[in-house]
Amino acid sequence: MTEAIKLTGLSKSFPVGKRLFGPPKAMVHAVEPLDLTVKIGETLGIVGESGCGKSTLAKMLVGLLPPTTGQIEIEGAVLDNADPAIFGKRIQYVFQDPISSLNPRKTIRQIMEVPLRRLHNLDKTARAARIREIFAAVNLREEFLDRYPHEFSGGQAQRIGIARALAAEARILILDEPVSALDVSVQAQVLNLLADLKKEFGLTYLFISHDLAVVEAVSDRVAVLYFGAIVEVGAARDIFANPRHPYTALLAQSAPEVGRPIAAPETAETELPDPMSPPLGCAFNERCAFASDRCRREKPALAADGSGRDFACFNPLAASQEDG
Amino acid sequence: MMAFLKLLARNRLALAGLIVIGMVVVLALITPLLPLADPDVTDTPNRFKPPFSEGAILGTDHLGRDLLSRLMWGTRLSLAMGLAAAIIAATIGSAIGIIAGYYGGRTDNIIMRGVDMLMAFPYILLALAIVAALGPGLMNALIAVAAVNVPFFARNIRGITVGIAHKEFVDAARLAGMRDREIIVAEVLPNVLPVIVIAMSTTVGWMILETAGLSFLGLGSQPPQADLGSMLGEARSALITNPHTSIVPGAMILIIVMAINLLGDGVRDALDPRLKSGALSRPMPATTVDRQGAVPAAKTESLLDIAGLRTEFRVRDRLYKAVSGVDLHVEKGECLGIIGESGSGKSVTALSVMGLVASPPGVITGGAVHFDGKEIIGAPYEVLRSLRGRRVAYIFQDPLATLHPLYKVGDQLIEAIQSHDSVSSADARSRAIGLLKSVRIPNAESRIESYPYEMSGGMRQRVGIAMALANNPDVIIADEPTTALDVTVQAQILSVLSDLRRERGLAIIFITHDFGVVGQLCDRVAVMYAGQIVEEGPTAAVLRNPQHPYTSRLIDCVPTLGGGQRKLSAIPGLPPVVDNLPVGCAFAERCDKAHADCRAGPVELVKTEEARKTRCLFPEVVSERSA
Ligand SMILES: Nc1ncnc2c1ncn2[C@@H]1O[C@H](COP(=O)(O)OP(=O)(O)OP(=O)(O)O)[C@@H](O)[C@H]1O
Ligand code: SF4
Ligand code: SF4
Ligand SMILES: [Mg+2]
Repeated sequence: MTEAIKLTGLSKSFPVGKRLFGPPKAMVHAVEPLDLTVKIGETLGIVGESGCGKSTLAKMLVGLLPPTTGQIEIEGAVLDNADPAIFGKRIQYVFQDPISSLNPRKTIRQIMEVPLRRLHNLDKTARAARIREIFAAVNLREEFLDRYPHEFSGGQAQRIGIARALAAEARILILDEPVSALDVSVQAQVLNLLADLKKEFGLTYLFISHDLAVVEAVSDRVAVLYFGAIVEVGAARDIFANPRHPYTALLAQSAPEVGRPIAAPETAETELPDPMSPPLGCAFNERCAFASDRCRREKPALAADGSGRDFACFNPLAASQEDG
Repeated sequence: MMAFLKLLARNRLALAGLIVIGMVVVLALITPLLPLADPDVTDTPNRFKPPFSEGAILGTDHLGRDLLSRLMWGTRLSLAMGLAAAIIAATIGSAIGIIAGYYGGRTDNIIMRGVDMLMAFPYILLALAIVAALGPGLMNALIAVAAVNVPFFARNIRGITVGIAHKEFVDAARLAGMRDREIIVAEVLPNVLPVIVIAMSTTVGWMILETAGLSFLGLGSQPPQADLGSMLGEARSALITNPHTSIVPGAMILIIVMAINLLGDGVRDALDPRLKSGALSRPMPATTVDRQGAVPAAKTESLLDIAGLRTEFRVRDRLYKAVSGVDLHVEKGECLGIIGESGSGKSVTALSVMGLVASPPGVITGGAVHFDGKEIIGAPYEVLRSLRGRRVAYIFQDPLATLHPLYKVGDQLIEAIQSHDSVSSADARSRAIGLLKSVRIPNAESRIESYPYEMSGGMRQRVGIAMALANNPDVIIADEPTTALDVTVQAQILSVLSDLRRERGLAIIFITHDFGVVGQLCDRVAVMYAGQIVEEGPTAAVLRNPQHPYTSRLIDCVPTLGGGQRKLSAIPGLPPVVDNLPVGCAFAERCDKAHADCRAGPVELVKTEEARKTRCLFPEVVSERSA
């Protein structure tokens, strides 16, 4: 078994305009059926604009949201949402807002003890020993244990959040924008800690972020999400340098970069499509400079190009020389 | 707990309430031990004895019963009833509210519709109906009063619970293996408990009054048992002839309810965290100015010149020096970037310019701001007001800070135009459409009819820029206007701002923490750390060869696209807290070049090259950074 996560036909729709009884008025497809695998020991980056379904996908993976269709396999076992105590030991989540992911009325020790007690049934002395180990691993001082969350800076709180995820002894971590609430000088502290922990404990990461540069720096592979569907997947080292899907190219051009002149990378009429009335054909066609008639009729499927890159586009950008 | 009591004690009225109600409660508790006459023994020959008569200090009632004794026993009963009703109502109501708020969806829908239905009835009518159905009696009155107060608790607590149930720590608890029931008890309840206590302390007084009301009507306590309401009710017929029989229980009710309500308000204020920072005290229209020392002259001839600006926050016994001596200037048509980490004082600097820092706790303690040659920090409020929006406009990170959610964006733009300029509505409207076009809102003619919530975040921010442009200002101060937006939208906003500056000769102060944005948009950049500018100069030069170690280390921390998988550099430690700044260089704790001299005393911002300044004793050498 080399797959940490295997998703088949996974999708999520939310009802809108709920009524007291009877079916809702409409369904919004937050995540279209998608297939994806993450290998053991890999870091898969997920990028996309806000509202494209990143967090919905992540929450399904840990069982916080039941999928509408499809199947999730974690380390070869099908995830069934019935028992958080079982999959909590396999897969854990690190939240975007480090402070609000810690209960303000509990001490750090109380917070750290929950997974040890609930998931691993450790007794008091064993818990204390384990907490000491974990705190050493994430470079936190033990005296922090008896303090309350509001006494910590964002970077420290995020390290506590990571420590809690480690306490569950899961080998897979979903990192949902783990550094976007942090300052740059602190962001790197947390990212480097994550890299060290991964090596030390042989972890697998799913790293969600809207910051392309951060994703590129930490990931092995990257999946680009647009409007609830994966539009391109490839090796982190060249997906932004040589994008095949026009949307990936747009993202890469929009990232602000010192020395590059400002140019609005697309015309102003372009907004994300309305989820209530999704466009026909390729969801990107209204913003795409390469759109053809076919794009307005048919939905392109994600397909491999033979060089380790998958993309969903009828008129992809040219592959660069090195890519072959 | 101690902090809570201290806060409570600072509120004089609440303290008085606490003392009074404390005495009443103690008296009620020791009533059975006191040498009082039996409250229920009638002695008709001695009826209506006036107060201060022999053997009956407060006199007797229409049956000759000792009023003092009846008052004490009655108070005891009324307090117990009110408290019991409050506890029952709070327990049941909060349980309903928590369940509805936590589970949400259909459960919530059905429960809350039931609650709404109950609340639709007039309150006292409902209580009367319940007693009428159950029959008069103390227990039934208690049930009725508790029942009519349940919806109040359910509604309030549900609102709070909804907010908490969506917090990330609840998800985290679920992932740590906790079940719903445990989460409600261990995670949600501790966070709603203060609200329940507040709600109880503000309603228990009314519940005492309501039970008394029912007894007054003869629906509560039954003769001969005394409670304050029934005492009043029985005294009613002798109100004119023997007023003391009414005054005695009436005064007691008044004292109890007043004391409890004063105390309740005090408890609410002490438990409400917003009050702790002084936020609930009424803000001033402009930041308080308390300048020590001389007002500095403008250092340059620029359109906007900030010299030696100092802004502090005085929060109880702490002094946060958010801005400590900032000099900045911006020319017509120029874009100045201010970059720095969270808490470095960027926003406070920007807000100080137009006196928009909240006061209290903010105070401008030094420096000057010259706009168009005139000093405006000490200027009267009218001067500031006429400049705000018209000559100097702000764009905030959250456009909803300037857009009202309930009005159409067009109407808001028109109002902004007309507030400084008397033009006809038709003219204002066409100018509003023009503004929306200038920020590249598609279909401006129809978008003018939209409400803010109908627009995406990027669109709203463009409307925010249009609002800032409404009166053709000379300076725009943009505080992280794109931080909350996606990169593709950010790129659009930046290009709008950049064009406006060229076309209209606007001066822009652009606050950000993103070097990429500064590099693309700004001519000059000032780097802030712990309330001071540590480096300033032309953007390209500062980014290419930063002179201050902080700037240089910070640039290294920023990952850039195209670098591949790698280890990122970090700066160890954290920025200093501005209520406890070191005497020397504020960066010394984290600087690998720190020397004893750096810590000895303040480091000045000195000119290092043409147009460049650095606040460092050992600036970086030019050749250190290639590329
Ligand atoms: N209302 C307030 N009461 C007390 N202290 C305050 C208040 N507002 C700001 N401060 C303090 O002033 C300092 C500077 O804050 P400021 O908001 O200017 O930082 P900033 O550089 O804009 O940060 P960010 O990047 O987070 O917006 C901080 O230490 C902050 O804690
Ligand atoms: S399928 Fe067509 S519209 Fe969609 S991205 Fe490709 S070229 Fe553009
Ligand atoms: S003054 Fe000294 S401590 Fe401060 S930045 Fe310069 S070298 Fe570092
Ligand atoms: Mg700010």
